[in-house]
Amino acid sequence: MEKHSVIIYILLGIVVTNLIRVLPMVCIKGQIRNRFVRSFLYYVPYVTLAVMTFPDMVLAAPTPIVGTVALLTGIVAAWLRLGLLPVAAICCAVAYLMII
Amino acid sequence: MHGLRDGLPIALGYLAVSFSLGIIAAKAGLTAWEGFFSSFFTRASAGEYGTYTLVAANAAYAEVVAMGLVTNLRYMLMSAALSQKIAPGTSWLHRLFMACCITDEVFGISIAHRGYTPPSYTYSAALISTLFWASGCAIGIVAGSLLPPSAVAALSMSLYGMFLAIIIPQAHSDRNVLYVLIASFVLSGLCAVMPVVGQWSSGMRTVLLTVVISAVAAWLKPIKSEKDGEA
Repeated sequence: MEKHSVIIYILLGIVVTNLIRVLPMVCIKGQIRNRFVRSFLYYVPYVTLAVMTFPDMVLAAPTPIVGTVALLTGIVAAWLRLGLLPVAAICCAVAYLMII
Repeated sequence: MHGLRDGLPIALGYLAVSFSLGIIAAKAGLTAWEGFFSSFFTRASAGEYGTYTLVAANAAYAEVVAMGLVTNLRYMLMSAALSQKIAPGTSWLHRLFMACCITDEVFGISIAHRGYTPPSYTYSAALISTLFWASGCAIGIVAGSLLPPSAVAALSMSLYGMFLAIIIPQAHSDRNVLYVLIASFVLSGLCAVMPVVGQWSSGMRTVLLTVVISAVAAWLKPIKSEKDGEA
């Protein structure tokens, strides 16, 4: 298979992401009324991020055990609403302590 | 000025997270300049992570578009919500630029601004956080290779930690989101190990699972009609 161009990947990412940001602002005058569409849009971010986190987080770690512990620790820290940066830092710290 | 003040803590958080994003970008073969350019204009953690993993996999361009649509679908919702916070009579050019500024956090503070949100507030918060975001990515690409492997491995957890920090608190307050997250984890895990389906690329898996699970959830557990649907 031929190697694709990195620049084209990047440009596609930029165009798609910003088009998504701009379209509703241009098209939607009032509130979206359709209940199914609103519900679907409500769940999308959670499902996407969950699917991207598991099993990838476990597989990206040096060993699956390190990844699993970091995942569980992160879930607890996020459940306690510690915030974006603290949760990320805790996951890294736990993984680092297990590796060294 | 208020935008800069409120944007600075966001910017510092971005710097740390985009550093680890840069490590992933470096693995995909991006140069520091490409990482800066990409991060400056995309400004989407999950979206960029998705793109870089697809670059690493030498995936089809169509997959990048599909991945970009799904991982950033939440911005559509935010854009719709932000459109209600802009003073009537604001020029359409300002509306377009404000829409382009949307990230989870910049949207968060823009929507929390009392009364109508002036464009300058969103612009200044977006400017400082974007500069830190893009710089962090470029630094990660360059310096990621200088760090000891154990530190790089540990830092690779940070992006996932941030994802968890976005999704888990909502499961705390909305039981339906909790069920949806459990279903997502289980199905995603199954899809990764099952025959045939396990051969799908991660981008394909993300797109299909998101559409199917969200549609089923919207059908079984629609949000209350009066409740605002913003994430």
